[in-house]
Amino acid sequence: MSHAENTAGSRRDFLYYATAGAGVVAAGSAVWPLVNQMNPSADVRALASVEVDISGIAEGSQLTVLWRGKPVFVRYRTADEIKAAQDVALGDLVDTTSNNNNQPGTDASDANRALDKEGKWLVMMGVCTHLGCVPLGDGAGDFGGWFCPCHGSQYDTSGRIRKGPAPRNMEVPVAAFINETTIKLG
Amino acid sequence: MAGIPHDHYEPKPGFQTWLHNRLPVASLLYDTLMLPTPKNLNWMWIWGIVLTFCLALQIVTGIVLAMHYTPNTDLAFASVEHIMRDVNGGVMLRYLHANGASLFFFAVYCHIFRSLYYGSYKSPREVTWVIGMIIYFLMIATAFMGYVLPWGQMSFWGATVITGLFGAIPGVGTALQEWLLGGFAIGNATLNRFFSLHYLLPFVIAGLVGLHIWAFHTTGNNNPTGVEVRRTSKAEVEADTVPFWPYYVVKDLFALAVIMTIFFAIVGFMPNYLGDPDNYIQANPLATPAHIVPEWYLLPFYAILRTFDNTVWVVQLVQFVTFGIVDSKLFGVIAMVGAILAMALAPWLDTSSVRSGRYRPMFKAWFAVLVIDFVVLMWCGSQVPSAFTGWVGLIASTYWFAYFLVILPLLGVLEKPLLQPVSIEADFKSHYAEPAE
Repeated sequence: MSHAENTAGSRRDFLYYATAGAGVVAAGSAVWPLVNQMNPSADVRALASVEVDISGIAEGSQLTVLWRGKPVFVRYRTADEIKAAQDVALGDLVDTTSNNNNQPGTDASDANRALDKEGKWLVMMGVCTHLGCVPLGDGAGDFGGWFCPCHGSQYDTSGRIRKGPAPRNMEVPVAAFINETTIKLG
Repeated sequence: MAGIPHDHYEPKPGFQTWLHNRLPVASLLYDTLMLPTPKNLNWMWIWGIVLTFCLALQIVTGIVLAMHYTPNTDLAFASVEHIMRDVNGGVMLRYLHANGASLFFFAVYCHIFRSLYYGSYKSPREVTWVIGMIIYFLMIATAFMGYVLPWGQMSFWGATVITGLFGAIPGVGTALQEWLLGGFAIGNATLNRFFSLHYLLPFVIAGLVGLHIWAFHTTGNNNPTGVEVRRTSKAEVEADTVPFWPYYVVKDLFALAVIMTIFFAIVGFMPNYLGDPDNYIQANPLATPAHIVPEWYLLPFYAILRTFDNTVWVVQLVQFVTFGIVDSKLFGVIAMVGAILAMALAPWLDTSSVRSGRYRPMFKAWFAVLVIDFVVLMWCGSQVPSAFTGWVGLIASTYWFAYFLVILPLLGVLEKPLLQPVSIEADFKSHYAEPAE
């Protein structure tokens, strides 16, 4: 039987490719469940919304609540803090997007980050955008806002990154007032 | 490569021949143990045996610790305290395992810098070197995941910082991070899988150690002169080498005994000296410790990670050129991984034809600076971030890359090496007038 000379598009070649193709598909479909099992499970994915009672928060203090495994800062800002945040020119910021899930695509001016019109309430993920540490609050850092102890990122009174390795302003989660003293997260 | 000529296993009639014809395992053992080994190996050639011992120690103590440990966020911290207080001899087992990791890394750094000085990574030992670098990388992964298991504050926040690195990858970063963690933050799913992988990876390392040994047994050991064992005749081989058994077995065991004495003194009298007291506080997702530091053996690369922030002009330039895709966070990650990758590429970056640093006067100085640089980086990684540590870290990180990417390639061209001995035997005789027989 001649086989070595007659190689172009023979039935045997077709069988090789078909077998290899079927093998790849079979291996892939066997591996995918093994990979997918590591993704967040149903109980983790079930997005619990949290209602936060803010009636007990005094002006100039901050409440930290756990939501989806991460801390959320709810800060009742003082007039000085609001003014300091509003006085910053956009050109001085590292990240000029608001990073606010309630107002996607807006710029990083303080009005686009605060939850209410007066700017008293700032609600944001208490997660440094560098590598996920919890920044220290209550006027820490050079800009009177937050300071991340891990790698020295400094945030201003609007939670915007000003100095250090973090690339983005702290994220503002989906949040809304459901009455005067309660904020709903998620 | 034909390998170094030497005597091979001759099975005696009877059981030995019967087994040899069915499974030549005795032959494998004989050839491994009787390997002709350069007779001039110095005390920096003991780290291989120390590392093998460390791997065995970690696997044995790890298996018994796993009999008492519970990988659940509610119970993990308490189960480690249970090991410390209730399990018979549990304190010793845990301290051996925790400090065993430190000995493991101390030995691997000695081993790596030995290879860098004596040019052990150079042709024909590139494969040995690259396998070694993969082992080192897996050691880092294993140690990192093991450190998460006690579920202390430093476990939790160290894990948060390091898994946060994956979030820096453009596009798929967040999805990849959630896949790794099994959630939106470090949680029970993360702890469970880290336990599973922490148990698995040492066996992968053991397999790679087998390949590592196989590779350098094929090429033969390097030695302090960097001159190859002559292999044209058996007489020449015997003038350059001694069999591994019994000569080096006895030497290595003596070295191991000395190191064990120091190791057990640390385990017995100062077991927490190298650890972080914050890890005796249970993990709390709401409070970051004031100062997050990894264990000492990861500090140099941690220093490289955090050196490159957005005040460094190179970072700003790269960020501008890539339209912000490579930001300061991704740059730091690339730098950290790149620092190990640059080292792994040393065989192809070093252009010098001379293997051993002993005969390279200029290389010696640059190498000494690299060793100091490594210690400086370690110091930087341990400090609270400040302007001063930022500058020192930047200079030290730059030197690390410069050594591998600029200095090694240039030295081969600029340097005039000293005369190398013609053979290991000639070098040996110049040190010892009478042959040691």
